[in-house]
Amino acid sequence: MIELKVNGRTHSVAADPDTPLLYVLRGELQLNAAKYGCGLGQCGACTVTVDGEAVFSCVTPILLLEGKEVTTLEGLGTAEAPGPMQRAFIEEQAAQCGYCIAGMMMRAQALLQKTPGASDAEIRRELEPHLCRCGTHMRILRAVRRAATAMQSAAAGETGR
Amino acid sequence: MSPSLSRRAVLQGAGGLVVSFALSPAGFAQQAAETPQHDGAKLPGSLAESPFLESWIKVGADGAVTAFTGKAELGQGIATALCQIAAEELGLPFAAVAIVTADTGLTPNEGYTAGSHSMQDSGTAIRNAAAQLREILVGEAARRLGVPADGLWVEAGAVAGPDGARLSYGDLAGGLSLHVQAQPTSRLTDPGRFRVMNRPVPRIDIPAKVTGGAAYVQDMRLPGMLHARIVRPPSYGARLTALDSSAVEAMAGVVKVVRDGDFLAVLAEQEFQAVKAMRVLAMAAAWQEDAKLPDPARMSETLLALPAQDFTILDRHEGGAATGTTVAATYSRPYLSHGSIGPSCAVALDQDGAMTVWTHTQGVYPDRKAIAEMLGRPLERVRCIHTPGSGCYGHNGADDAAADAALLAAALPGRPVRVQWMREQEHAWEPYGPAMVTKARATLDATGRITDWDYGVWSNTHSMRPGPAGSLLAAQHMARAFAPPEPKPLPQPEGGGDRNGIPLYAFPNARVVHHFLPDMPLRISALRSLGAQMNVFSIESFMDELALAADADPVEFRLKHLQDPRAQDTIIAAAQAFGWERGSPVEPDRGRGFAFARYKNLAAYCAVAVEVAVTRETGEVRIPRVVAAVDTGQVVNPDGVRNQIEGAILQSMSWCLYESVGFDAGRITSVDWSTYPILRFSAVPDSVEVRIIDRPGLPFLGCGETGQGPTGAAIANAIADATGQRLRDLPMTAAKVKAAIGV
Repeated sequence: MIELKVNGRTHSVAADPDTPLLYVLRGELQLNAAKYGCGLGQCGACTVTVDGEAVFSCVTPILLLEGKEVTTLEGLGTAEAPGPMQRAFIEEQAAQCGYCIAGMMMRAQALLQKTPGASDAEIRRELEPHLCRCGTHMRILRAVRRAATAMQSAAAGETGR
Repeated sequence: MSPSLSRRAVLQGAGGLVVSFALSPAGFAQQAAETPQHDGAKLPGSLAESPFLESWIKVGADGAVTAFTGKAELGQGIATALCQIAAEELGLPFAAVAIVTADTGLTPNEGYTAGSHSMQDSGTAIRNAAAQLREILVGEAARRLGVPADGLWVEAGAVAGPDGARLSYGDLAGGLSLHVQAQPTSRLTDPGRFRVMNRPVPRIDIPAKVTGGAAYVQDMRLPGMLHARIVRPPSYGARLTALDSSAVEAMAGVVKVVRDGDFLAVLAEQEFQAVKAMRVLAMAAAWQEDAKLPDPARMSETLLALPAQDFTILDRHEGGAATGTTVAATYSRPYLSHGSIGPSCAVALDQDGAMTVWTHTQGVYPDRKAIAEMLGRPLERVRCIHTPGSGCYGHNGADDAAADAALLAAALPGRPVRVQWMREQEHAWEPYGPAMVTKARATLDATGRITDWDYGVWSNTHSMRPGPAGSLLAAQHMARAFAPPEPKPLPQPEGGGDRNGIPLYAFPNARVVHHFLPDMPLRISALRSLGAQMNVFSIESFMDELALAADADPVEFRLKHLQDPRAQDTIIAAAQAFGWERGSPVEPDRGRGFAFARYKNLAAYCAVAVEVAVTRETGEVRIPRVVAAVDTGQVVNPDGVRNQIEGAILQSMSWCLYESVGFDAGRITSVDWSTYPILRFSAVPDSVEVRIIDRPGLPFLGCGETGQGPTGAAIANAIADATGQRLRDLPMTAAKVKAAIGV
């Protein structure tokens, strides 16, 4: 059994150690957000964060993840109480089919946690590993920008208290 | 969880079944007697095929209103737009209407969700059905209150009248039947009084999609569900000659290996166990291959040499003999992949002789027919429930995955089976958008007017969709194999390979021939906009070539040849928003391009203007700015229209700049995103602006595919403007641009 910490909770996982994290998230842990897109680290649909860094869960075996903090899109909020990144994507209506979006949001989240003042060019460069086939790119860029602004003003509010 | 639950209930894990309208025999008889039969006038939209109001809209005893559509939510926002329409006509807040989408057990049969038809077909049906339901409810309230109907009004789910009279929809509906035929005309809400339509309403499917909710067929987890993976043949027509599956059967979690002729699959308890078993099974299978694919470098010559059935789809002789400057050009495009980000997926359960398939197909009814034929079962023992998947953009692997799941579920009755294709399977086996060639020739008179137009398009069909079982891979591969159906050209006015082959421009002499090619070297079917993308690319590139020959501004040149005022308005709106001025100076290696089309010559109008920047040393094309104008008739969700047009523009950019299916003498070689590159963020424009032309009260036109054609031509025209070189062979890769510039 491997112990995996996902969205703040520790799980004992029965899967073989070579199992990519994606299959454990979607299977044993019944989490929907991370998606199978290519299994090759080419499209980004499976992206989650591990200790704050964006990783492709489809090519990351769970044996590498003991003692690390995995965060999936479910960890950022819920439909009833969305986090700033989720709220921004809803406000910008930044999805068509939406299949790629969870991965985009997780990489953007990792970027903004490290670089709260990321420029538009940095956001665009960071999202380069992610594919969107519906052509929602303009809205995705706007949503990440909106999330950055919201997260910065929230942070400023906390500092001010 | 029972398969009889609705899609929505399954996905939300909730028990909320749609409440059927209470059918009281007395009410039914009374209503039927009061319903005059209309005198053969055609009913609006899909009411023509499904004329009963109850097929489209129901009111529960609790007043809950549910709309039903045979169209599928593909990420284009149709579920939201249809709820807006029903809410508008029933005087309800947007959130008060629920919707059930394509399900052979619950919804009307509206064929495929394709061709930008959903708003015209389903939107029109639901709007009229909802308006007629409102009148029925008001009429019933008038009867009960003993007052004239014209003194009553609807508000917040009730019919209200003077002196505080108020009867809720649920109360009124209790004694009525909606098993009544729709009337040809309805009292539709005046666009000036819209509260919900023509307003940007947030899409109902987005919150789940951005929070990890169960939003897709991929997310279904039924009790006892097995995971399956298919081992596809290595090439078209390959036959399985030897198989030793004993090692696979001994693997952890493996429940069964299924072989039926050349159809081969493995089922396991856990998904990754199925993936690992699939890999071992693939190694254990021996195939005899005999596919012979054409030389991709000579695809145009191949197509032109294939036997053709010629259809003259336009033959107009209204002017004198053409004299003047003659211009001719040939254009081509490769096979294109739908390239869904999520490979196709389906879940099926064979329980007590009834097969239920959850699928992201575009056509639940045709898919049901094909699956029933494949399984040798009566139609009524198969139910297909649309469940969203990754965007499809036409006929991708969705129907095939549904067939895979059904065939495997039939091998293990009582256990739900989930199949998801691997990336390389989706890329190698999906039915591509066909390669095409077009040839154009035109004559300009001394005044710079086109007097003669001669155009031909060489293409396969653009639909090999189910219906017939032989459309399904599993049915083709199983021992009791079904042959693929004979390809058919799709008829005008919508057309297939010849979609938009007839120019909207008014030329006195014009001839257009569709050279239909029945032989299909690669597996093909419908890709978003069918032949329109290539025909519009060709016609609109050629219009710029002619404008250049006539020394005319491309925008003025188009306007001069158009008579349709809505076409002219659309072009002018895009040109003005872009700041298009004749001969305006541009920086070196920068260019601008313009293009226009009315999709199918009968759906939405779209004009696109782009600015490009070409890096001469590499041939790389960047598109900093795009402006589009669209006239899609009455708009329901303006933000939904924008999202569709933006998406069409970016997807078409990707097709036209980067994409072509790769293959060698026997096998498909573009099997992932490195061998089939598409648009990435570094190439995304700085701005994409969409202007919507307001057309209150005009019929819905459907906008999902109208941007596809003009975008590619606008890019080609802008590259020609920037470099002086005309690219006629898609995709316009950096290598081709560099070669054309000759640096």
